[in-house]
Amino acid sequence: MTMKASSRKVDGIVIVDLSGRITLGEGAVVLRDTVKEISSRGEKKILLNLGDVTYIDSSGIGELVAAFTSVKNAGGELKLLNLTKKVHDLLQITKLYTVFDVQDSEASAIAAFSR
Amino acid sequence: MNATRVSYTLDSSLASVNKAEQTAAELAAKSGFNEDECGRISMAVREATVNAVLHGNHYESGKRVTVSFETTPQAMIIAVRDEGPGVDPKAVPDPLAPENLLKQSGRGIFLIRAFMDEVRFRTMDPGTELTMIKFVREPSNGSGKEAHQ
Repeated sequence: MTMKASSRKVDGIVIVDLSGRITLGEGAVVLRDTVKEISSRGEKKILLNLGDVTYIDSSGIGELVAAFTSVKNAGGELKLLNLTKKVHDLLQITKLYTVFDVQDSEASAIAAFSR
Repeated sequence: MNATRVSYTLDSSLASVNKAEQTAAELAAKSGFNEDECGRISMAVREATVNAVLHGNHYESGKRVTVSFETTPQAMIIAVRDEGPGVDPKAVPDPLAPENLLKQSGRGIFLIRAFMDEVRFRTMDPGTELTMIKFVREPSNGSGKEAHQ
């Protein structure tokens, strides 16, 4: 299953709904290009909704980390929403769960962004 | 279940990575591993094959990756071999170290070790062979539910 990304804006925050697999190759590239394109528009608050992401490999984790650091270095914030158990476990194992701001609901995620 | 062994010689491409991952998932399920274990085994095989294709063979069309699967009543044994310059697993930085936590790469071998019971590297001529073993566990009584009186 290929990765799909669509974005929408709610209360000044760009929410990216991702679905499919974030793996080496197409999936990781779609994520990278999507975040790059959003950042290039000057958007600084990005919420990645991973609720329909079925699988992430180490390359996908690397892309999430790269997206997080690039947005942060540009003075923005990137948060994660709706992790599946698999993705949650993967971030726990790699000690990245505490690095990312992970939210369980869209409302709480939106409220968590600085104003 | 008797021991069975199947081996694939694959080209150095992403399609080979997906083929190895999918085969691992199917064979793990047939061997009786539960869904979580099948996911861990197939991810370990994916990571090992990515390393072989990308870091070992550098996507070179003349180099092959060999993936073999052996299933026995006790375990699933998977070997992934590349034809690259070789790797020293001890030289791979710890991805959990604070200074490496935000690095984009370097988590593959760590995940393989986390998901499999035994992991061994062997230097070949040419290349590297990575052998991973996952042992079959006895099913727990009562589907994991505790009995209460």
